[in-house]
Amino acid sequence: MRVAVIVFPGSNADVDLYNAVEDVMGVPVDYVWHAENDLSRYDVILLPGGFSYGDYLRCGAVARFSPVMEQVIKAAEQGKLVMGICNGFQILTEAGLLPGALLRNRSLKFRCKLSALRVENNDTAFTRDYAAGEVIQIPIAHGEGNYYCDEETLEKLKANNQIVFRYHGENPNGSLEDIAGICNEKGNVLGMMPHPERAVHEWMSSADGRRMFTSILQTWRERNSVQAHS
Amino acid sequence: MYKAVVYVTLRQSVLDPQGHAVKGALHSLGFDEVKDVRIGRYLEVELDTSDLSKAEERVSEMCEKLLANTVIEDYRFEIVEG
Repeated sequence: MRVAVIVFPGSNADVDLYNAVEDVMGVPVDYVWHAENDLSRYDVILLPGGFSYGDYLRCGAVARFSPVMEQVIKAAEQGKLVMGICNGFQILTEAGLLPGALLRNRSLKFRCKLSALRVENNDTAFTRDYAAGEVIQIPIAHGEGNYYCDEETLEKLKANNQIVFRYHGENPNGSLEDIAGICNEKGNVLGMMPHPERAVHEWMSSADGRRMFTSILQTWRERNSVQAHS
Repeated sequence: MYKAVVYVTLRQSVLDPQGHAVKGALHSLGFDEVKDVRIGRYLEVELDTSDLSKAEERVSEMCEKLLANTVIEDYRFEIVEG
């Protein structure tokens, strides 16, 4: 198993993500520059937080047209696991891999703090090691994390169980229905505003993010042993 | 030579927190007649073409692909002599 952490000009959580993969999953991981046009050797693709292309025009709008994004779309179509965190989530919505968009926080403030999340769907490749409804502590750091989609899309998200995380207690950005993270219909693409990679050791104030990485590893192992037997 | 003048605004159904804050500021300055403020983006795109209908078609494509996110934004544009 090999993990790619995509690096865009302006990414700044790429090192945190790389270290989290190394520390928690203990599998080979590479930084992959946004100009890359082959991701075939990677099983899991992670899009980090930051301010790709300075957030010019809209968050994620320019990064979405990086050469690597065509490959990310291809990988998602192949069923590979793709996870976008914070700016990575914004890029995934701009690319159309996830529905909706992320607007300016309702408070207009950049919020940077530990945030309580409720695991709404623990039946995904990314959240299987959590209990359903479990409340976890994961830090947030964003100014534009206010998730929005139209009513029809919201109904679909609910019907397909695509709302993976909701803010528990205070909603830090005014997102629709307290949404903090969603997945696509197939369940192999996940986007979330909070940063699980910044909560993987007790000294980070919380280690609750670890289980996202163990979930991914577990999913991969299971899928591959199934393939090996068939 | 033409120039496209593009306006991108948040859709009416989408809350505009910046516009809301500016409305509040205008009210506190005594501009009580202000009913609503919506903040958008204004772009000038210079085009190296002499074909007006082609320019319209291309700018429309630019808006759909990049300049606006049609999930949350509306756009309109005018093509003027550059």
